[in-house]
Amino acid sequence: MIWNTHKECMSADEKHNLQSERLRKLVSRVYHATPFYRRKMQEMDITPDDIRSIEDIVKLPFTTKQDFRDNYPYGLFAVPMSEIVRLHASSGTTGKPTVVGYTRRDLSVWSESIARCLSAFGTDRNDIFSVAYGYGLFTGGLGIHYGIEHLGATVIPASSGNTGKQIQLMHDFGSTALACTPSYALYIAETMQKTGIPRSEFRLRTGIFGAEPWTESMRREIENKLGIDAYNIYGLSEVMGPGVSHECACKNGSHIVDDHFYPEIIDPETLKRLPDGEQGELVFTTLSKEGLPLLRYRTKDLCSLHSEACPCGRSSVRMSPIAGRSDDMLIIRGVNVFPSQIESVILDIDELEAHYQLIVERRNKLDNLEIQVEVKEGYYSDEIGKILELKKKVASRLHSVLGLSCDIKLVEPNTLARSEGKAQRVIDKRKY
Amino acid sequence: MRKEKPLSVEEERNPRLEEQLSVFVENKIGRIHEVVQVLGAEGINMQAFSLAENVDFGILRLIVSDVPKAVEALRAAHLAVKRTAVLCLDCADRPGALAEVMQRLAEREIFVEYMYAFARNEEALVVIKPRDIEACRAALDNWQAKP
Repeated sequence: MIWNTHKECMSADEKHNLQSERLRKLVSRVYHATPFYRRKMQEMDITPDDIRSIEDIVKLPFTTKQDFRDNYPYGLFAVPMSEIVRLHASSGTTGKPTVVGYTRRDLSVWSESIARCLSAFGTDRNDIFSVAYGYGLFTGGLGIHYGIEHLGATVIPASSGNTGKQIQLMHDFGSTALACTPSYALYIAETMQKTGIPRSEFRLRTGIFGAEPWTESMRREIENKLGIDAYNIYGLSEVMGPGVSHECACKNGSHIVDDHFYPEIIDPETLKRLPDGEQGELVFTTLSKEGLPLLRYRTKDLCSLHSEACPCGRSSVRMSPIAGRSDDMLIIRGVNVFPSQIESVILDIDELEAHYQLIVERRNKLDNLEIQVEVKEGYYSDEIGKILELKKKVASRLHSVLGLSCDIKLVEPNTLARSEGKAQRVIDKRKY
Repeated sequence: MRKEKPLSVEEERNPRLEEQLSVFVENKIGRIHEVVQVLGAEGINMQAFSLAENVDFGILRLIVSDVPKAVEALRAAHLAVKRTAVLCLDCADRPGALAEVMQRLAEREIFVEYMYAFARNEEALVVIKPRDIEACRAALDNWQAKP
């Protein structure tokens, strides 16, 4: 089913006109309301008058995660705080988080976008959703939550973790849909098998999975183990959160909600726009956002765009699955982690050498991050207890910065690669 | 055992103060072999050896014949070495002998962090790491290691 036929099935002309009009308004708004963008545009010698149609978007400056950091916390907001009704935050590249703000209207666009996704997945007001995305600063939980309510379906705000209870709720409350990260879905599937409750006692039939990249083979595994239809939902907090794009019944790329989020693919080196079908870095312009409008935000996600007609009837551009990142960000259990964040914590702890290695693997279907560090010669202790205490201190500092628990492994001195040029700090053993 | 070392005033006391070496080792196959090989190659003899272990690392505790030489060799092999003062007590190798030692320590409220022991030819060597080394030494001063 299509939630908003008028917007989702527009003709190319209608879409072009709508996008052009929204872009003109957006540029004029940020030029006048956000000193950051006005300065950038002045530096490039452009004014809002130079932007007449959506094609002119290539004249506009890019925005990066670094810009969020430089303007922390509210510098990129385009409305007074009295208009902001919600904040969310995700990982920054170091110490400070990336803060995003929403006006009341932004939240309603978000809910609308998610209702479109959920309709495309074949769910409607009769469905009961278990939301096992984390609730809180992370956009996953609350974003999907309000979208489900907007759809008119029932939401069980289970949040993440406590898998046994998740399964009991799904069983007892008759959940028909599950929203979580794909790797957590696999873990739930395995735990469900262990409970011994027959599949026939569950009403589950749809999975809404996102917040981390996954492959066709993972989809097949989840679909077989859970006996459901699994769909991808994509988003990022800077742009809005989940619901920026979504699959449809054709499962042939994710439809971008492109009346609100205008996509481009660029070459991450030359920053030149690439034609449809070519892989490069995905860039979004938020055509209608009020609180935190962004011009050409570089997601660092690598994929390609496709605008051929989709049999489902939606005319929106589709994006291929994410093939990787143009930076070193890791996504671990749905949490974004930058090696630079870890490095800054390690440098702050006197007992540790400035060398480290990150090993990411999937253990028992769940992502696991092991951080190997060396202790400075003088800080090795003769007592196991003291060494364990140090290990605990490192783990808890990292947990408070990353919002993620990880395994700390203390290794012998001089065993980790020294940073001569490009030391390989990250070993990702996961097979997507 | 002790006769391999040059005699000093310290030697004649029981218990005597010794420097124990603690080596941090990761739990990997062959790692302990590598450590003891370093010492063997340098002609350093081990008089006592113990391994405290944990999930992913261990601490080798050693009493060796030549402390400075051993430290140098281990550090050259990129190992983390820590020197710790311990007490080495000669003790009889018979039932109840260690109980007498421990009773004395308990009476004087001496807290023992860890200890390990070896017995050979009716004589035993007990390595003690007390929290308060001076108090422990006083408690056991001139301990008679009679069979």
